[in-house]
Amino acid sequence: MTAAVQTGAAGFLARYQGLKDHLPGARLAWLAALRADAAAHVAARGFPTRRVEAWKYTDLSPVAQAGFAEPLTAVAGALTLPKPRAAARAVFVDGRFRADLSALNGLAYRVASVAQHLPELEGRLGALAPLAEHPMTALNTLIFEDGLVVDVPAGVDAGHLELLSIAVDPGRPFAFHPRHIIRLGAGAKLTLLETAMGSGAQYLHNPVFEIDLAEGAVLTHGRAQQEGEAAFHLSMIHARIAAEARYDTMAVSAGARLTRMEIHAALTGPKASCHMNSAQLAAGRALVDTTTALDHAAPDCASRQTCKTVLAGQSRGVFQGKILVRREAQKTDGYQMNQALLLSEEAEMDSKPQLEIYADDVKCSHGATIGALDADSLFYLRSRGVPVDQARSMLVQAFLHEAFEGLEDDMLREALTEAVDGWWGRHGAAS
Amino acid sequence: MLEIKGLTAEVDGKPILKGIDLVVPQGEVHAIMGPNGSGKSTLSYVLSGRDGYEATGGEALFHGQDLLAMEPEERAAAGVFLAFQYPVELPGVGNATFLRTALNAIRRAKGESELDAMQFLKLARERMKALSMNDEMLKRGVNVGFSGGEKKRNEILQMALLQPKLAILDETDSGLDIDALKIVADGVNAMRGPNFSALVITHYQRLLDYIVPDRVHVLMGGRIVRSGGPDLAKELEAQGYGAIQAAA
Repeated sequence: MTAAVQTGAAGFLARYQGLKDHLPGARLAWLAALRADAAAHVAARGFPTRRVEAWKYTDLSPVAQAGFAEPLTAVAGALTLPKPRAAARAVFVDGRFRADLSALNGLAYRVASVAQHLPELEGRLGALAPLAEHPMTALNTLIFEDGLVVDVPAGVDAGHLELLSIAVDPGRPFAFHPRHIIRLGAGAKLTLLETAMGSGAQYLHNPVFEIDLAEGAVLTHGRAQQEGEAAFHLSMIHARIAAEARYDTMAVSAGARLTRMEIHAALTGPKASCHMNSAQLAAGRALVDTTTALDHAAPDCASRQTCKTVLAGQSRGVFQGKILVRREAQKTDGYQMNQALLLSEEAEMDSKPQLEIYADDVKCSHGATIGALDADSLFYLRSRGVPVDQARSMLVQAFLHEAFEGLEDDMLREALTEAVDGWWGRHGAAS
Repeated sequence: MLEIKGLTAEVDGKPILKGIDLVVPQGEVHAIMGPNGSGKSTLSYVLSGRDGYEATGGEALFHGQDLLAMEPEERAAAGVFLAFQYPVELPGVGNATFLRTALNAIRRAKGESELDAMQFLKLARERMKALSMNDEMLKRGVNVGFSGGEKKRNEILQMALLQPKLAILDETDSGLDIDALKIVADGVNAMRGPNFSALVITHYQRLLDYIVPDRVHVLMGGRIVRSGGPDLAKELEAQGYGAIQAAA
């Protein structure tokens, strides 16, 4: 068949129909059933339009209108990878695990390809990722080919792990949907740096994470979204955080023309905590969206969220942050702050904090600000001889500073700071 | 040498400076006194290039250079320093980073080599000691959580580091107790010499007991209405601005 690539949900469904007997795990009945369920959701709902409340500010029509082919299997060896930041590194090229480019030997925990371990993921893959309300999770479930399984046994401090995704330019639009399954046993620890980067091609990176933290586990998750400038990055994290466990995530979104980084985290045991900080940066006509939902389902839990958005050119930013405090979640301590800095008069920010509180003994605060660079601050710096570009850069960094507070890991701090600096280098002076 | 001729300026379309003529020769300290609303701060902002303070006529030459045509950072590089009446707080910008960035920007502009972190710290500590400032103030955000007096001392510290040829001190005495006032005055007096001049803008004579000016100018209604020696400040203190106005 040489017909043009189909677009929208129909295009993905057609790909699924054509591929389903060849997708990894095709012979596993549970997985076939899960994919068929996902197909039903994708067929029924397609790509959400702006009439759907959760997608009111983020228009997916450029994604729906693009026709994506599957990625070509990349040729080994022809790749320049960024320098490793940790001894342990898992590399994905166009969504496929590349053992030859990865460095995972001698670890005290398991890191492996999802595609190669599907039989044992029954009951686990999909357990934290409901399809009904999450179109991007449904799409991923429909057609994922690979991903990373990380299992850190109870009590093990796994140190640092790098998860690097690279998209290579095959000369036509393509899509990949990795599914990452991460579990930390009781008291286990892991520091994960997730980097997503790619070429100038139009591609869709649609990763879904299922993160399961047992009692007292600590996952620190840095995210450097540095996709190519024509890319679409639509990622979803589903996290379950047990008693006294901690999930800290710090995301920098500094690439792609359309980004949504969405997190749904549930604090399911007493004294669990979650920090979700992000710095999202956009220029030109790009759109960046941070959408989060925190479910306080147990007492004495704490959540902290700081989202900083910097918008240049005609870009748009979105923040949607929901905090649900269930009746049983007494003594919840919740804090949410989202602030946007508009570097141009044509940039636009939509901000939607949402608190839903059913418990009566809680401490929850939230705030939002949207503004331009402070003229007095800029003049103060310039009056001291600091050139205007450098002064603006200093003030933007200062604005972002708070999102990096509490990030104590040097490796993550360095990687994320470089992602911000790289963005500023490309877009700052022009803004 | 600062030469201001027929300078007029407006803010939000409202004329504030209505023809200022003023010469500050190199090596001299001049005071500008005047009641609230006379245009004192406007003059300092016009000279340092703040947006929204537009010169509409006349000129201001600094060592022969047309000051009004320069960007604020170019004026700083040329040696003009404004000590702010209300120093700006910059949360998220460390004071040490700020001071070193400013110092190196000025040094770069002068064709001097930049200081590394160690060299800078040594110099900064030295200067801070002279101003009775605590080292700890380097670690905080610029002016964040500083008392009024600490902010003013931070301004004088910047001046001491940047070594300008012309300092414009905009009501640096406001909000200072007498001890802080002496420290600030000592900081300015330490700069005095053949290559330093200053324009000390103040409402009160008090500061001029400690920074004794070579000349005093009275600014009222956007014009210099009287000039004289240091005694003019004392006369103002005794008789008030009303007497000058009546005589002018």
